[in-house]
Amino acid sequence: MKERITCFTEYMCTYPKEEGSLIPLLQKAQGELGYISPEIVETVADYLQLTESQVFGVASFYSQFRFSEPGRHSISICLGTACHVVGGEILLETCERDLEVKSGECTSDMRFDLNRVACLGCCALAPVVKIDEDIHSKVNIIKLKEMWSNYE
Amino acid sequence: MNNFTKLKKKSAAEWNALITRKEPVIYLGMASCGKAAGADKVREAVKATLKKYHLSAKLVEVGCIGTCYLEPIMDISAFGNPRVSFGNVDEKSAEAILRKYLLEKECHKGKVLGHFGTNSFDGVPRFFDQPMLQSQVRIVTKNCGLIDPENIHHYIANGGYEGLSKALQKTPDAIIDEITDAGLRGRGGAGFPTGIKWRTCRNTVSDEKYLICNADEGDPGAFMNRLLIESDPHAVLEGMLIAGYAIGASHGIIYIRAEYPLAIIRLRHALSQMDQYGLLGEKILGSDFSFDIRIKEGAGAFVCGEETSLIHSVEGKRGMPRTRPPFPAVSGLHQNPTIINNVETLSTVPHILRNGSQWYRQFGVEGNFGTKTFSLVGKIRRSGLIEVPLGTSLRKIIFDIGGGPQKEFKAVQTGGPSGGCIPEELLDTPVTYETLASVGSIMGSGGLIVMDRDTCVVDIARYFLDFIQKESCGKCTPCRVGTRHMVEILEKICRGDAEPEFLDKLESLAKLVKSTSLCGLGQTAPNPVLTTLRYFRSEYVEHLNEYYCPALVCSSLIEYSVIREKCTGCQLCVSVCPTGAIIGPRSEPHNLDKEKCIKCRACYDVCRYDAIAGNAIVITSRKEE
Ligand SMILES: Cc1cc2nc3c(=O)[nH]c(=O)nc-3n(C[C@H](O)[C@H](O)[C@H](O)COP(=O)(O)O)c2cc1C
Ligand code: SF4
Ligand code: SF4
Ligand code: FES
Ligand code: FES
Repeated sequence: MKERITCFTEYMCTYPKEEGSLIPLLQKAQGELGYISPEIVETVADYLQLTESQVFGVASFYSQFRFSEPGRHSISICLGTACHVVGGEILLETCERDLEVKSGECTSDMRFDLNRVACLGCCALAPVVKIDEDIHSKVNIIKLKEMWSNYE
Repeated sequence: MNNFTKLKKKSAAEWNALITRKEPVIYLGMASCGKAAGADKVREAVKATLKKYHLSAKLVEVGCIGTCYLEPIMDISAFGNPRVSFGNVDEKSAEAILRKYLLEKECHKGKVLGHFGTNSFDGVPRFFDQPMLQSQVRIVTKNCGLIDPENIHHYIANGGYEGLSKALQKTPDAIIDEITDAGLRGRGGAGFPTGIKWRTCRNTVSDEKYLICNADEGDPGAFMNRLLIESDPHAVLEGMLIAGYAIGASHGIIYIRAEYPLAIIRLRHALSQMDQYGLLGEKILGSDFSFDIRIKEGAGAFVCGEETSLIHSVEGKRGMPRTRPPFPAVSGLHQNPTIINNVETLSTVPHILRNGSQWYRQFGVEGNFGTKTFSLVGKIRRSGLIEVPLGTSLRKIIFDIGGGPQKEFKAVQTGGPSGGCIPEELLDTPVTYETLASVGSIMGSGGLIVMDRDTCVVDIARYFLDFIQKESCGKCTPCRVGTRHMVEILEKICRGDAEPEFLDKLESLAKLVKSTSLCGLGQTAPNPVLTTLRYFRSEYVEHLNEYYCPALVCSSLIEYSVIREKCTGCQLCVSVCPTGAIIGPRSEPHNLDKEKCIKCRACYDVCRYDAIAGNAIVITSRKEE
């Protein structure tokens, strides 16, 4: 982790020292480290000459940012309208129940983190579930359980 | 010969060589929807098949033509025949289709959709004669699914950057006149006349001006902008150049939601090609116009689609809206004049410059000229993305183009969470900004969600309000607190523990939030509630008085049971039920314990989808007990 923070810090210096860099930097940090740790908030605040609470205030406004370590795999359940009308919520409940994890959190063995998303843009093939980078369409409970068994 | 003429020549030569090629060319629809449907696997199957039969073919990855329900889609052209399209291709059928076509010169009858030629071909219908496409008018979607979005030559060969080239020979004022004459209105939702907005910005004196393309596409359940960018990214970029030149800006920004990774990749790629060909940066196409474009990724906040929030977000702040005026066209990003336009608005601009405002005005109706894209989803047979002239009726869109729902039609939601639920009796309403507003909805950005009798409108209203309540930025009280109260009431109605006076309370709260919220998010949030109350009040009353959900959706008001006569005793349900609510010996009718059942629907799905099961599990209303 230390190394990755150092690596991020070096990268950070290529960004202009202005408020407009804040969100891109947080995005970069999350991309590299998986989440926004207190160290990241501190590092970014220092660099942009903002207070930590300013940085945290912005980060917490946006649903993209997470503040705890992600799992080895990420499951995102679409709860957009098209997915809602064909049962997206049932898929979310199934994950919560069977994987024993709440949305926004991570299983105790760190295998999966579970997230709700507003729309993945494949609404015509609803309901849609994304595991890591793969989007799966027309998912039902049975398919969902098969799907997650492919990720360790 | 100037550089652009050379580039056009080169592009035309490359494109013509491709479409007249005698050797096989295989086109694969690889937009994110196609991929979700399995296009990656199809591509691997195609490669394996070519190898197996020692065939050689050129593979071209294209975007999406909009017939999503037919994905994955594969087209083949060979032997000088027109390009032929095949739908719902999977790994197995890909091999069969290729073998038949390339070795036996025959079209796989079960999978062929149509051809793209002008004359008749081997008994195959024309692709664009399919019911879903026949009455569409494709302007911004013209190239989608047909060209390689990563190849700028394909775009240029099909008229791309011609609009820019013409624009650069005009004065900025003449361009604004052209856009004003065309009657183009913003496609992001509000329908504000684009020309007027540009004129305001042009007339504001400032050293620095900005043009922002709004690709935040916040409506959950709509994907017009994603499809346009993934399938034809240069169109929106050309539009940005023209707009930048017209308003006098030298910096452009695309604000795009992070949930669209492929669209972001396509944009990055397109920008680097533009750079390479002198279409970006200093002195574009040898003119005095200089312009750069940056990509800003959104970070997941619906309210950031609203223009003043979007500006705050680009500035690195919390995405809170502010009151207008001043309008961004006068004071926007870093207090400089800023124009914000939607992806579709900007993608339309090059066509108007290329063909003229009179040409554009032949589409649509007075006051609502041109075309609009819609994403047609929900309970509908032919789901996908369509483009029709404004003024087309909802009935034509849903039934003629979309094929209607499988079951009885109930309603259509236009405008996403800011829009309303329109019933059957208003389906002949022509789609214009004004008519949709007059029935209590809005045009919005183009999401159309079709609902059938299995969709509960009370649940839909609850869903939208819950969405809005979570997305409310919290700055103004009516929106922050009002929507929360509305969600609570709606949840109680859905749970069956509401009082009769709740409806009046809901209605007055809705009106209050609508009239007193600060920004468009709060002002439009009550629309789903107000329209469902207006057109489907009886369903609310049934929930309230009879604890009855006619669509059998609201889980507190329904129950699951097994029809003994139909049950084959296959035990599939036993293996999926998480609470052990179903028991029974193999091959005999099973019992479902209603006390233990948590209504997760797992058993219902297996019992319907698996051949050995008997479709024996039913959902009924609790009142029938
Ligand atoms: C809550 C809210 C969300 C919005 N979301 C979007 C959006 O996702 N995309 C968009 O283009 N416009 C959106 N708008 C409208 C924009 O504020 C703005 O009017 C539009 O981008 C202007 O472009 P146009 O004139 O080309 O339509 C939203 C407005 C509100 C109030
Ligand atoms: S899945 Fe259906 S048919 Fe099979 S045992 Fe269960 S209820 Fe009976
Ligand atoms: S709905 Fe879920 S909990 Fe109820 S019986 Fe079926 S599988 Fe079990
Ligand atoms: S609503 Fe689920 S992908 Fe759009
Ligand atoms: S299949 Fe491509 S957008 Fe739907």
